[in-house]
Amino acid sequence: MKISITRILIYLILVLFAIFYIIPVYIMVVTGMKSFSEVGLSTMWNLPRSLNFESFRLAWLGSAKEGFRGLSGSFLNSLQIVIPATIISAILGSLNGYVLSKWRFYGSNLIFTIILFGMFIPYQSILVPLVLTLEKLHAYGTIPGLILVHVIYGIPISTLIFRNYYLTVPIEMVQASEVDGANFLGIYRWIIFPLSTPGFAVAMIWQFTSIWNDFLFGLIVTPNPASQPITVALNNLAGSYIVQWNVQIAGALLTALPPILVYIFLGKFFLGGLMQGSLKG
Amino acid sequence: MNRMFKTIVVLLVVMLFASVLSGCKKTAEKPTGPSGKVEVSSWWTAGGEAEGLNALIKIYESKYPDVEFINATVAGGAGTNAKAVFKTRMLGGDPPDAFQVHAGHELIDTWVVPGGYVQPLTDLYKSEGWTNSMPKGVLDIVSYKGDYWSVPVNIHRSNVLWYNKTVFTKYGITPPSNFDQFFDVCDKLKAKGIIPFVMGTKEGWEAGHVFESVLLGKLGANDYDGLWTGEVKWSDPRVTDALETFVKIASYLNTDHSALTWDEAGQYLLKDKGAMMIMGDWTNGWFMSVGFEDYGWAPSPNTEGIFLTLSDSFALPIGCKDQENAVNWLKVLGSKEGQHDFNKAKGSIPARTDVDISDYNDYLKSAAKDWQKDAIAPSVVHGAAASEGWATEYKDIMNLFVSKLDVSYAQKALITAAEKYLK
Amino acid sequence: MKPTKRIIPILFIMPSVIAVGVFVYGFISWTGFISFTKWDDVLPNYTLVGFENYRELFANMRFQIDLRNTLIFTVIFIISCLAIGLLLAIFLDQNIKGKGIFQNLFLLPMAISFVVSGVVWHWLFNPGSIQLGNIGINQLLEKLGLNFLTCGWYTDPKIGIIAVAIAAIWQFSGYTMALYLAGIRGVPVELQEASAIDGANKWQTFRYIIFPFLRPVTFGAIILLGHISLKIFDLVMAMTGTGPAFSSDVPALFMYDTTFRGNHFAQGASIAIILLLLVSLLIIPYLISTFRKEAWR
Repeated sequence: MKISITRILIYLILVLFAIFYIIPVYIMVVTGMKSFSEVGLSTMWNLPRSLNFESFRLAWLGSAKEGFRGLSGSFLNSLQIVIPATIISAILGSLNGYVLSKWRFYGSNLIFTIILFGMFIPYQSILVPLVLTLEKLHAYGTIPGLILVHVIYGIPISTLIFRNYYLTVPIEMVQASEVDGANFLGIYRWIIFPLSTPGFAVAMIWQFTSIWNDFLFGLIVTPNPASQPITVALNNLAGSYIVQWNVQIAGALLTALPPILVYIFLGKFFLGGLMQGSLKG
Repeated sequence: MNRMFKTIVVLLVVMLFASVLSGCKKTAEKPTGPSGKVEVSSWWTAGGEAEGLNALIKIYESKYPDVEFINATVAGGAGTNAKAVFKTRMLGGDPPDAFQVHAGHELIDTWVVPGGYVQPLTDLYKSEGWTNSMPKGVLDIVSYKGDYWSVPVNIHRSNVLWYNKTVFTKYGITPPSNFDQFFDVCDKLKAKGIIPFVMGTKEGWEAGHVFESVLLGKLGANDYDGLWTGEVKWSDPRVTDALETFVKIASYLNTDHSALTWDEAGQYLLKDKGAMMIMGDWTNGWFMSVGFEDYGWAPSPNTEGIFLTLSDSFALPIGCKDQENAVNWLKVLGSKEGQHDFNKAKGSIPARTDVDISDYNDYLKSAAKDWQKDAIAPSVVHGAAASEGWATEYKDIMNLFVSKLDVSYAQKALITAAEKYLK
Repeated sequence: MKPTKRIIPILFIMPSVIAVGVFVYGFISWTGFISFTKWDDVLPNYTLVGFENYRELFANMRFQIDLRNTLIFTVIFIISCLAIGLLLAIFLDQNIKGKGIFQNLFLLPMAISFVVSGVVWHWLFNPGSIQLGNIGINQLLEKLGLNFLTCGWYTDPKIGIIAVAIAAIWQFSGYTMALYLAGIRGVPVELQEASAIDGANKWQTFRYIIFPFLRPVTFGAIILLGHISLKIFDLVMAMTGTGPAFSSDVPALFMYDTTFRGNHFAQGASIAIILLLLVSLLIIPYLISTFRKEAWR
């Protein structure tokens, strides 16, 4: 293949951008690996001389002596929040999507639009009522409370993903089984649900990532150490005067790890989720 | 693909259970004394502060070994973040068992006056004898309508000028006592390539902190007080003078002040590259924690004989989940032992008057002497002089001012704020 | 469909509708109500004061700076993401070796939380100081001999929010690229082949055939990027805070600050409502057009 100037230019530019994208990741990984004596802001860019996981250990366990909490507790909290919320959110979305795509009734389109708007609102507009309501429900500051919040505010995107996916299922399949005598739930159980794996994959990956990475709801609903998710804990860690910057970066890497792992192994579906979220066309 | 997906879901559920199980604690034997837990919220995450808090926790844990102490610190200097978190939790009905709050208007206006948020501690004061061991000045700022509402742990001084002794000796400088001398010193140091005055304004409250000392220097204790009670107007020409003086100070500042926290700015002093800073005497605690001894101190320019004060205290929310454990924490805070150990590390002086401080460092001993004889004025940045709303607005105006240096704008804003909050 | 059959699907979707109705629309109305009251302390105060809060808000210097910051941020963010995304998509469509690697790399930032990237970019854009010398990006620029590009980043009031914008662009341009890639691949091959047969070169094919197909993609991307940039909070909170002279402050941060630190609940509510209105300006036309399109299905 002839190698033209244009192609060289293209590769060059791609590599330059790749460097831009890698820089933060490089810093995260390299800093976390340095031993204490090596860590200094002036040597930020140097590669570590040896692999050393001291800063990860500190970020994970914290230090009672120096007075900062580690991320281990909040990591577990995040797991306890994300997994149920993702599963429940996906199931709800699937049922909603099924209804809105296969069971048109008068006003179903309006309902869809009304639900969809909920995806775009700035959450600042519901924070204070949310706190007051959770207080009345005795759910404030608890992990189930935060799960409830994520499930409810995840309804729009989850519904969107499933509805768009189910629209690709031919309506004839539904009609045929209706003729055969199946009812609403029957069709779901026997026709729709078995086909839903791609939809579930996209919805669950999207929700896992966005709930794990959420900060605002965690900060408002569960700021207490017992229930706070890892993003809130990380922000606190990063703000403490006494925490070394390398421990902060190690903590950041730990926080980013689960979604990155999901991305690496299930990246294909991640992309699918993005496209749904983009509401193309 | 279906199978892989199902395996992943199963994996997730397993992880979920594992995490829930690991969070459950197993109790070995039946505890004899108080058990359960106590959650205490504070913002003590800096060098000196953390050590002080740890000293208190050690005492508590030795007295009540079966109680789990949950240290719910929220990072962010002067409690800017902690207060927001705490407020959200109070609104949500999930308060910690005890919380750090500045004694003075911050405590009273925000939590006591509305009613329904904190518990009165008068009985505790009587049973612990604190009405006898704490000075009237302190008792006054934690009382409202005849009751006491929080337990003060310390007294901090806001108007302290810290300087690097080596730099001063090297250039034959004596600590300035008024603003003219201060600017002379600045000019001399600038000519020698030393940063005369350092500040770290990253967190938004530090400029206000320095300015309240300048205000105090220009108005004196009584009239400074008057600004917050409405007796003195913010349109007073001395306020203009204070603002203009601040502008002049800003010309001697380190250029990177907005990227630094107060202690990061203090690094300039540690490295002999900067000479002076005005900061509260938790700086003393920080110096101790980093092993820096080459410092001297003086009252900030023109404030000799005035102690600009603030006090950290702890209050007891209504609806706290572990009442007995929380009250025990308050007892530790107000005890001689607790106050002695805490303040030694923190760099403040005990609120109690009967604590033996012979093993405290030189600064603290001199501060304690000043506390006995000086006129007392309340700090605004740290919650003593004004309500939270007013203090926040003052802080924001100063934060803008340190970068914009527009005297007439700042003064107008300060006048408007005063009108709003003095209604 | 028999009437009874119709009821069951409606029953199944009702919980979601009710939940959204309460937690979204109900709460928004509640916030709107608060914005018309005098709630200025920890204790709720529901005395109505009309548009007083809004009047005060627009006269507030911090809010004015916030609006200015949001405008600058939004413009830079959207234009850069679109431009970079389109550029990368075009390049990656050119039969590049290692396309998969590039693609995955450019998309990786999306998996990362704003808090994480905020912490990392906080250190990358920390300009350093006299005693430390340059650190972070400035240090890198210095090593590359590009010293003239160093600056104070988020510590410089004149730059402030632009540093945040760069971090946000890092996070989202890969996503825009993915959108454009899908859009480009969605163009029918026959059209491209036909234009090649007609003698058009690659550039002309792109300009006249492919580009028009990308208009809906661009439109959708602007909507999405726009609403993200209006709401931005996590990144600013973790990376810079309000910045010197509020140079990286944004309305979302102001709302949190004034509501939970300053106790000005009514003011916070009015900021929230204004944010909502701004977002609605962007979203509602989009939703209406989607709704109309669906009606035709």
